Amino acid sequence: MDDLYREIIIERYKNPSHRGRLDPHDIQFADNNPLCGDHIEITLRTAADGTIEDARFEGHGCAISQASADLLLDSVIGKPLEDVKRLNKQDVLDLLGIELGPVRLKCALLSLKVLKAGAYGLGEASDELVE
Amino acid sequence: MSLDLNNIRKDFPALQRETAAGVPLVYLDSTATSQKPLAVIEAMNYFYRHSNANIHRGVHTLAEEATALYEGAREKVAAFINAPSARQVIYTRNTTESINLVAHTWARANLKAGERILLTEMEHHSNLVPWQILQAERGVELDFIPVTEDGLLDLNAYKTLLARTPKLVAFTQMSNVLGTINPAAEMIRLAHQAGAITLVDGAQSVPHFRVDVQALDADFLAFSAHKMCGPTGVGVLYGKEDLLESMPPFLGGGDMIKEVKLRSFKPNSLPYKFEAGTPAIAEAVGLGAAVDYLTEVGMDRIAAHEREITEYALERLEEIPGVKLFGPSADKKGGVAAFTLEGVHPHDVAQILDRDGIAVRAGHHCAQPLHEKFGIPATSRASFYLYNTKAEVDLLVNGIYKVKELFG
Repeated sequence: MDDLYREIIIERYKNPSHRGRLDPHDIQFADNNPLCGDHIEITLRTAADGTIEDARFEGHGCAISQASADLLLDSVIGKPLEDVKRLNKQDVLDLLGIELGPVRLKCALLSLKVLKAGAYGLGEASDELVE
Repeated sequence: MSLDLNNIRKDFPALQRETAAGVPLVYLDSTATSQKPLAVIEAMNYFYRHSNANIHRGVHTLAEEATALYEGAREKVAAFINAPSARQVIYTRNTTESINLVAHTWARANLKAGERILLTEMEHHSNLVPWQILQAERGVELDFIPVTEDGLLDLNAYKTLLARTPKLVAFTQMSNVLGTINPAAEMIRLAHQAGAITLVDGAQSVPHFRVDVQALDADFLAFSAHKMCGPTGVGVLYGKEDLLESMPPFLGGGDMIKEVKLRSFKPNSLPYKFEAGTPAIAEAVGLGAAVDYLTEVGMDRIAAHEREITEYALERLEEIPGVKLFGPSADKKGGVAAFTLEGVHPHDVAQILDRDGIAVRAGHHCAQPLHEKFGIPATSRASFYLYNTKAEVDLLVNGIYKVKELFG
């Protein structure tokens, strides 16, 4: 359980590297977790060859939701946008380096849900995106 | 005489457990649901082992026993809230269903487009959404008594809103977030003067202090068994007899009818008119046992104990730098302490406290509009019942200091 609040998570929560909003941007998507009220918005800019040039997140919520957004963006910046579509639950858990129960899993996966919904150009995010 | 906490705690098996090796449970989430005393667990267990049968139909021994137990529990509930008659005690699934019953029957039969319902800003979603559905369906109008900065209802605004002649005033007797105990008797008196009928959400009040429907003059009172030491799956709607008599039935099916033809039916008399299908029999028996348990301990003693614990908790929590408490002072509230801790999300607070076995709830507690009013997405909430101790409050306070250290 102590692992849940590993130093990296607290550190990212307090001092995120990718917080903010990109303007102009190519992709923007936002969603929230109705259970907790966690909110994440991601804005993203792609280069001509389809790689993610830069990405930012804005939002509020618990340390897990905010730190996972920051770590997720860290891992995708500079990579092809197509790669984002292949990311899944385990990739986020690997980034966080922790195991999570069903309730907190939703906090951790919110940013991936938002990112994938944006990458696919969906109107609405669905839980199936992060299974 | 104050409560014998040692003995009371022994009545609750769940309070004996640990959440991890060497970490005893500190249960501070009774506002969500209370723990259950052995008397309740055993009453339900005995019912299934000994008397299980369907009610109101069979003539065999078990059916008669089951019916007597089910109806006996209704009598106990009626006495507990001082209802004039057990006919006025309708079993539902929970507070939510009780309120929905009124919205589906009384309100649909009595409210026309443009007529008003007066609610408050501190309502639980269960006393908001049924009326919002009615608003969308029937075009009724909703007004809200505002909540002041210190977590009280603005009673002057209430008087002004009553001038709009609402048909119904529906409000919580005790807020599940702020803990505010609203002046129900006075509010009902004013509502009646303005020609409105009243629905009291008693989910948080009935478990914690003496609620007398005749002294209040409440038209409807809704509450749940599971917050008052009883099981989940059963709740109560109390109503004034003439109102209940005049209302159309709720769900259709067995037990709620007097006579059925292929194309028509005659509804049963009270309270069965509102109880379609096989109900939660064992749960009703459990509710009866819970009422016996609370009565034996004494509701006034329970209320006094909770006041003492709440005063102590608010005093200790207030000392912690970065803690912000929501709701009025201890003399105006029940055993609820909702708070935020600067720089730490309530979910993180709850999760870290859980490591020390401390169970608190985090979120908007089904009162999202109230949280929006205070400009916060969520709070952590510790709540107290007859079995909580000052030592547990101390553990909570120490736990919060640990959270601060971790996020420091």
